[in-house]
Amino acid sequence: MSNPEFAIETRALTKRFGDVVANDSVCLKVRAGTVHGIVGENGAGKSTLLKMLFGFYQPDEGEVVVDRTAHTFADPSAAMKTGIGMVHQHFMLVEPFTVLDNIILGAEGSAKLEDARATARGALAALERQFGFNLPLDTVVEELPVGVKQRVEILKALYRGAEILVLDEPTAVLTPQESEQLFALVRQLRAEGKTVLFVTHKLHEIMAVTDDVTVMRAGKIVAERKTAETSTGELAELMVGAKVAREKTREAHGERVIRLSLKNVSANNDQGVRALKAVSLDVHDGEVLGVAGVAGNGQTELMEVITGLRQVAAGSVEFDNVVIASPDVATNPITLRRMGMAHVAEDRLKTGVVESFSAEDNAMLGYQREPDFSHRGILKLKALAETAKRYFESQDVRPRNPKLAISSFSGGNQQKLVIAREIARDPQLMIIGQPTRGVDIGAVTKIHDQITELRNAGKALLVVSADLDELLAISDRIAVMCEGELVGIVAVEDADEKTLGLMMAGEKRRAS
Amino acid sequence: MAAARKLPFWADNILLPALNLLAAFVVSGIVIWALGDNPFQALSLLVQGAFGYQEAIGYTLYYATNFIFTGLAVSIAYHAGLFNIGGEGQAMVGGVGLTLGVFAFGPHAPLLGVFAGIVGAALFGAIWAFIPAWLQARRGAHIVITTIMFNFIASALLAYLLVGPLHRPGGQMPESADFPAGTALIHIHDLLGMMGISYDNNPMNISFLIALLCAWGMGFLLWRTRFGYELRVVGKSAGAARFAGVSVSRMTIIAMMISGALAGLMGLNELLGEQHRLLANFTLGYGFVGIAVAFMGRNKPLGIILAAILFGALYQGGTEVAFDIPNFSRDAVVMVQGLVILFAGAMEHLFRDPISLLFWRFAERKAA
Repeated sequence: MSNPEFAIETRALTKRFGDVVANDSVCLKVRAGTVHGIVGENGAGKSTLLKMLFGFYQPDEGEVVVDRTAHTFADPSAAMKTGIGMVHQHFMLVEPFTVLDNIILGAEGSAKLEDARATARGALAALERQFGFNLPLDTVVEELPVGVKQRVEILKALYRGAEILVLDEPTAVLTPQESEQLFALVRQLRAEGKTVLFVTHKLHEIMAVTDDVTVMRAGKIVAERKTAETSTGELAELMVGAKVAREKTREAHGERVIRLSLKNVSANNDQGVRALKAVSLDVHDGEVLGVAGVAGNGQTELMEVITGLRQVAAGSVEFDNVVIASPDVATNPITLRRMGMAHVAEDRLKTGVVESFSAEDNAMLGYQREPDFSHRGILKLKALAETAKRYFESQDVRPRNPKLAISSFSGGNQQKLVIAREIARDPQLMIIGQPTRGVDIGAVTKIHDQITELRNAGKALLVVSADLDELLAISDRIAVMCEGELVGIVAVEDADEKTLGLMMAGEKRRAS
Repeated sequence: MAAARKLPFWADNILLPALNLLAAFVVSGIVIWALGDNPFQALSLLVQGAFGYQEAIGYTLYYATNFIFTGLAVSIAYHAGLFNIGGEGQAMVGGVGLTLGVFAFGPHAPLLGVFAGIVGAALFGAIWAFIPAWLQARRGAHIVITTIMFNFIASALLAYLLVGPLHRPGGQMPESADFPAGTALIHIHDLLGMMGISYDNNPMNISFLIALLCAWGMGFLLWRTRFGYELRVVGKSAGAARFAGVSVSRMTIIAMMISGALAGLMGLNELLGEQHRLLANFTLGYGFVGIAVAFMGRNKPLGIILAAILFGALYQGGTEVAFDIPNFSRDAVVMVQGLVILFAGAMEHLFRDPISLLFWRFAERKAA
């Protein structure tokens, strides 16, 4: 390999999915022999960029330049030939095979497996010495711990001659100790002249291991920095977005009735890992409590324990002074709705609606047992049709046809229908996840206004959002979460992107 | 992108099944031609044999009855997101329940015996489906695997009962004693006779009407009741089901029990309607073909009835063809049936993409 300044470079790489621009003329420059970080929120376009670098997707415009040659990779093997090796977030290993067989898979180079194995053993021994690996080549992969499996992936890429290693969220599955070992290996790779592209949304990892960092937001590169010249605070601010001047049209509320109260609530995620750690907070009538945090820091679990979708491991959740969730108490979402709690689900298409059902059928999801919609178990289809029509009109959902499948509506119109459904019963408490995710700009303002109206009408609202601007615009107080813990709660008057960014990065604590 | 778009109702529900069927017949025709026979003659004999005279229609609908029950069984589980491969075993065990019910009450009160038989068939079928359902809901054992295994267990159980406790005293065959007198379901031709319409003798009996009633009932349950709504929510999205406060594991168990009950009811037609005794392997694969019937019928009650009649016609007409063309053996009939199952069931999406592509090209051209 000659020695160009950039190991990999993209020129105005653009990728569209329908109307959504996932990557908007991205110009990435990765200096050879460095560790280069890419940070960005979920949905910022990191994965799309990686998939184009590795030939999974073909760009609509632009090209990838490796070693001074422009390429458009038709498939991953084309990318591999130019020396790009990818370690996926979910490993691509054949679990019942040995480490050795996994490494040579697809690169056997000989019809007789024994010959291939013998050749590979020699080559691997050299590689292992060079990079300081010590992998049990004859052990079956499924018996290995996650961190070791990841090393197998890295060695596999090196064995294929990778000069540029792309690590996609490599620490997502690792323990802190395994992460440290990975960082050491990454430094070793750099010392041996390899280039590493390190993609993550964890800022402290960027600080710990990279030389340069590129920040992505909404499909674009928004900043490039030398790691030594930036800080987690600045990066967090860059990740979540520009400041917008906000005007406060709030009425102060004298009375402070506690509507929802969490007391030292802990819960595990689906993998059985503690994802929510002793969180305590109150939501009062007439206030919007915003919850901020980098995605995956316990916000989802927080909403789930409140809305009856996840078992609490410790602590308790009280709604109207009734314990609705504790290690011994679980309340069905239907009961919670009848008590006056509404839930706008964070993942609309997976949870909030049934994608293949009509808008009309979705208009009663969660409320199907209410007497308006069924009588002695028989559905009142006429009443349902009328209700759906009313929802469509009150929220101006378009196209005005409730018989269409919900999936044929835009995200914004889906969300309008969901909000209409959830506020129809005048709930006293609303739990709202990502109120404007996937919602077109036009509908965003309307949804924000509606949240403010509900708050002014004395309702208690808890809003989880990945969008800091949104939280600053609609919240009275903002709670910040990091790694399952509540870092602190700040009044919106005292909050700005910088403080919140630092808190989201877990750097700064503030007493509530 | 065109393939992802939805086809209009008629294309999805009439054109595609028709194309699948046509493909099956074309391939069958080639094989028949290769065997040295005239495929058109075979087809005409098949249609004649299935619908050409009173007795033929009776037989066709008699076979169709079995397929309606097993097709509905597969379908209701499918709507709940479950693939019940165990219709065959559930029908066998349902047959045992039917026999026990008939023998318990039939000797003294035949009518009560019939009712007890019907309840027994549904109940035992449901119980046989309950076990795999429970294993999936509570223990995570995959229902496809367990229901297949339960078919074998059911078969062995049936064989044991028929050479053991239920064996006809002094009999040489693996079968039970004849059901008590007066417990047979009334034949349709007898029913017509009472109304003054003469119709040739055939095995079609009132369980055909019960099957139609079940089809209507399933449609009502799924699309007109709250329970059916919740069942469909579970089938489409476990996340949305939890959001809506519906227990996925509870619904899994209930849907499978309804499915098993429907499969169990197949014995009404075969045992209570025609054989009047329990015999080994009376299910003859109807439980498996029910899968093809459900998919060809697009999992809708009316579609399942039509698909069941098609398969009934293939069984009946095929038998006639085998009888009339010496070269055309029973095996060739099975081959034709197999091809229909292959094209209409397993490969039902074969023509979907090209057709939707064509359709949207045409629609775009018209718009342009």
